[in-house]
Amino acid sequence: MAAQGRHGGKKSNKMTALVVDDNTVNRMIHHRLLDNLGIENVAVVNGKEAVDIHCSGKTFDLILMDMDMPVMNGIEATRQLREMGIRSMIAGVSTRSMEREIREFIEAGLDDYQEKPLTMSKLISIIHKING
Amino acid sequence: MDLVQLQRQLVDYRTSLYHEGFLDEQFTQLQELQDENNPDFVVEVVSLYFEDSERLLNELSKALEQQIIDFKRIDAHVHQLKGSSSSIGAQRVQKLCIVFRNYCEAQNVEGCLKCLQQVKHEYSIVKTKLESMFQLERQILNAGGSVPV
Repeated sequence: MAAQGRHGGKKSNKMTALVVDDNTVNRMIHHRLLDNLGIENVAVVNGKEAVDIHCSGKTFDLILMDMDMPVMNGIEATRQLREMGIRSMIAGVSTRSMEREIREFIEAGLDDYQEKPLTMSKLISIIHKING
Repeated sequence: MDLVQLQRQLVDYRTSLYHEGFLDEQFTQLQELQDENNPDFVVEVVSLYFEDSERLLNELSKALEQQIIDFKRIDAHVHQLKGSSSSIGAQRVQKLCIVFRNYCEAQNVEGCLKCLQQVKHEYSIVKTKLESMFQLERQILNAGGSVPV
């Protein structure tokens, strides 16, 4: 799963991911799912931290974005990241079931949306979209 | 009890937890994430779930004792509990959380109090059952066997 051409000075070809979720159990599970696929990953606890980490200059191949979070939710974080010019794959992950809410999340700039809980097969289908 | 009997007992016990709706497919997903590199993953994530849930249940009890009930705050806690219960496959707790959130939305204090008691009850049952299952697994490992998948 080489991320060639995406990370100029980066020595490693390893894919990278950012987990954005306010729930500790979910963060642990998402971390394990990504780790098992050999994807280097970092977790933050809300949308604002996701924006801040990008402001500090970090980028990721994949962002797993929860919807409901305190301080800044996933919809707003996605919007801001896109406004900042972040082109990474952003996959929304949520338990919301109302079409209107999902649509709003997608329209904020998601590349993919998966219903929680996240499973290995859902994660693999997200990753296949990155590699085309 | 010999090793084979222990292993059979574990398989039967685990199967019953699924049949009785205590656990769902998501728990199987967690087991599949466990491997030689992370041999304690399931116990670790379930322990985290216990810690987190107990904190949330305490917060919920306190919030419902207040003079003025903050339903938004209560809903936020229940949302967290529902999320983590769903992630580890604790189906009964998750389903009760859905009912609980409806009472929050309706700002129904009596309903919330009743639901909290039910959630505490279901949570303590699933906790006991998971701890028993982990104990069986430890017995098998201590007897030199491997835990059947």
